[in-house]
Amino acid sequence: MESSILRTEDFNAWFGSSHVLKNINIEIENNQITAVMGPSGCGKSTFIRCINRLHELTENATTSGKIFLDDKNIYESNPTLIRRKMGMVFQHPNPFNTMSIYQNVISGYTLNGYKLSKSEKDGLVEESLKQAALWDEVKDTLHKKGTFLSGGQQQRLCIARSLAMKPEILLLDEPTSALDPISTTKIEDLLLDLKKNYTIIIVTHNMQQAARVSDKTAFFYLGELIEYDVTKKIFINPSDTRTQNYITGRFG
Amino acid sequence: MKEKIKFRESRSGAFRALVILLTVVTVVPLVAVLYYIFRKGISVIDWHFLVSLPKPVGEAGGGIFNALIGSILIIIMAAVIAVPLGVTSGIYFSENSKTRIYNIAHLFVDVLQGIPSIVMGILVYLWFVKPFGHFSAVSGSIALAFMMLPSIIKSTEETLKLVPPTLKEASLALGVPYYKTILWVIVPAGLSGILNGIILGVARVAGETAPLLFTAFGNPFLSANIFKPIASLPLIIFNYAISPYDEWHRLAWGASFILVVIVLTLNILTKLAERKWKVQF
Amino acid sequence: MPGQTNQKSAVKGLIIRETLFRRTLSLSALLIIVLLLCMFLTLLVSSLPSIKALGLKFIYGQTWDPVANEFGALPFLVGTLLTSALAILISTPFSLSLGLFLGEYYPRGWFSGLIKNAVELIAGIPSVIFGFWGIFTIVPLVRHLEIKIGVAPYGVGILTASLILSIMIIPFSASLIRLVVTMVPRELKEAAYALGATRFEVIRYVIIPYIRSGLSAGILLALGRALGETMAVTMLIGNTHAIPKGLFDTGNTMASVIANEFTEATGHVYFSALIETGLLLFVVTTVINIIGVRIIKRFEM
Repeated sequence: MESSILRTEDFNAWFGSSHVLKNINIEIENNQITAVMGPSGCGKSTFIRCINRLHELTENATTSGKIFLDDKNIYESNPTLIRRKMGMVFQHPNPFNTMSIYQNVISGYTLNGYKLSKSEKDGLVEESLKQAALWDEVKDTLHKKGTFLSGGQQQRLCIARSLAMKPEILLLDEPTSALDPISTTKIEDLLLDLKKNYTIIIVTHNMQQAARVSDKTAFFYLGELIEYDVTKKIFINPSDTRTQNYITGRFG
Repeated sequence: MKEKIKFRESRSGAFRALVILLTVVTVVPLVAVLYYIFRKGISVIDWHFLVSLPKPVGEAGGGIFNALIGSILIIIMAAVIAVPLGVTSGIYFSENSKTRIYNIAHLFVDVLQGIPSIVMGILVYLWFVKPFGHFSAVSGSIALAFMMLPSIIKSTEETLKLVPPTLKEASLALGVPYYKTILWVIVPAGLSGILNGIILGVARVAGETAPLLFTAFGNPFLSANIFKPIASLPLIIFNYAISPYDEWHRLAWGASFILVVIVLTLNILTKLAERKWKVQF
Repeated sequence: MPGQTNQKSAVKGLIIRETLFRRTLSLSALLIIVLLLCMFLTLLVSSLPSIKALGLKFIYGQTWDPVANEFGALPFLVGTLLTSALAILISTPFSLSLGLFLGEYYPRGWFSGLIKNAVELIAGIPSVIFGFWGIFTIVPLVRHLEIKIGVAPYGVGILTASLILSIMIIPFSASLIRLVVTMVPRELKEAAYALGATRFEVIRYVIIPYIRSGLSAGILLALGRALGETMAVTMLIGNTHAIPKGLFDTGNTMASVIANEFTEATGHVYFSALIETGLLLFVVTTVINIIGVRIIKRFEM
């Protein structure tokens, strides 16, 4: 596997004149789960949406600075090709409601016009669904529409869909905030399993979740990266008072 | 004070009675129109009526086969012309609602919708009949296509605007290029709404006569030549209705019945489809 | 990562296809703009011979005589205005009642749902069929009336055409009124009831004022439709060239004179004069429609 270190260099982002990310410099480590947390409006969602260049699709959204994926600046490459290297899972599960579960998993390929043989497709679907811990629950109903699943199952389907593309980085934007506690636990266990093969960045507003699953945590506040360290240290002995205040619940 | 209340309450009751009365007076004749058409028309309908051609004046019998074929032909051609342009501009409107082109074009679509059908007939005559020297089915289709455009454009735009943006994001995040996202994800998601708009457009133009007066013009014979004049249901109804012959009136009632059934069926279809589609999201 | 073929050419192809797609979309919208401009220009250019020959006499001239090459369109303007205004006048109380019935008094229930759907379906009945029906039901009625009054029993004429127009407008207006009536916020009505108002007073002092702009938009849009209505009017108005002086006179509207005479217009100026009539119709209906749509948009905000 290639080393998939993600590195940002003096990265900034704006919505119109609103400066939402200020001079972010961070290095994300390979095969680890990095949590991004902070109060509402701190820029954490914007941050990961800049990584897969989804941010710039909003009107008046601009960026400056560099983000390096494998030492290549993603802002100098074609955005569509960059997005194919990343997987993104959103807050509200969004399987394609005109497609079956099977079709959803390989939708990245069909939509992009990549031709696969039937056996390749079957293999890919099974592998991705197994990786997303959904295979046993849906293996007999692969050809039903994805919208008949529960919220937690839909979210795992979206994870499978992203994994099928064999991304270098998996980005998750508050993936469990719309789910019940049991589904949340299932997905957190899933992520711990996935990190052996993938690099994962998860945005969360749930501190306990960050503490449970992540190896390193980045704390954002008002668009700035305040502190970035091993998770244990952030929660037990943070260096910055703002981090301390957030963790102890003084705000956010 | 008490008497004032009594007056006010009886006035309110009287007003309500008035509203109900006027409603009945309104609805009854409207429904009576439908009933009249059905009663007069249904006795004329038989297999012979549907498949034979009109007979010359004075002879009894005859049918509307050429008008049926003509109408179907014209409408299909009109849809073929209007749907690509209508859906494409509808997609543009749903994706680019802040541009200057949007503001002007959107206004122009409203203008197009309000153009009287007879004026549309004049325009298509000047563009497609006069230069070629003869009436044609194609020119009739073009006139109808112009009249179908606004419903197709508007329902495409509204349908696509209702597709959840999260679907677009999911597709883009998979690295699917924008054009494929629109064509293979967004449009299929809104397909039933778009189809609905097309059926609605067809229902609106199926009964139009004025645009065909100087374009398709009408034809007493059976013809499938799109470059020649052609018969159609509304034209045949018009011509027979204003004629002095009872036999032709009889045929016109039959044709009216058929036309009303077609238009009503299409409208009912759109209503049912709309309900089914609205549940989806 | 799947199929990493030649990266550079893949990107180029992608960019080309993306640009092509976006261009096609904007092109289709531009086509609409161009289409309408061409429509207006065509009408204008084809009216020029008539404008040059007749000038303003077209508007105030009372005689329309193709044989004598005189083309004063005033009779048709009068005919159009008379029939449309009458149609609006006659239909408004009924549309308003129906709209209030369906929107305020009985907004739910299977029966009013039935009526609502029936009315909307009737709105779809083609104009030519309304005209046909009118020939056999309204014309005899009017003829009876005319005989009673002692006027020439044409049966057709301004009144007949206005009646059929109003019948055709009612479903459209009633649906619109029903819609705006249901948009009145419940809190507003409840405030009035809480102050002790009767139903009538709530309608009169809360609902009607609230929907006033929606109502005027509705009237404008109905007017726009009435102005452009061709077939039913052509079949019931009598088709004569003199200025109608009374309800029972026959006449013509701008739309009906075009429908009747366009295919037989010989002569350069005759033909152009009919087109100029169409141009006038186009301009008037467009202006009215735009105003109506603007008002509704503001109402929805």
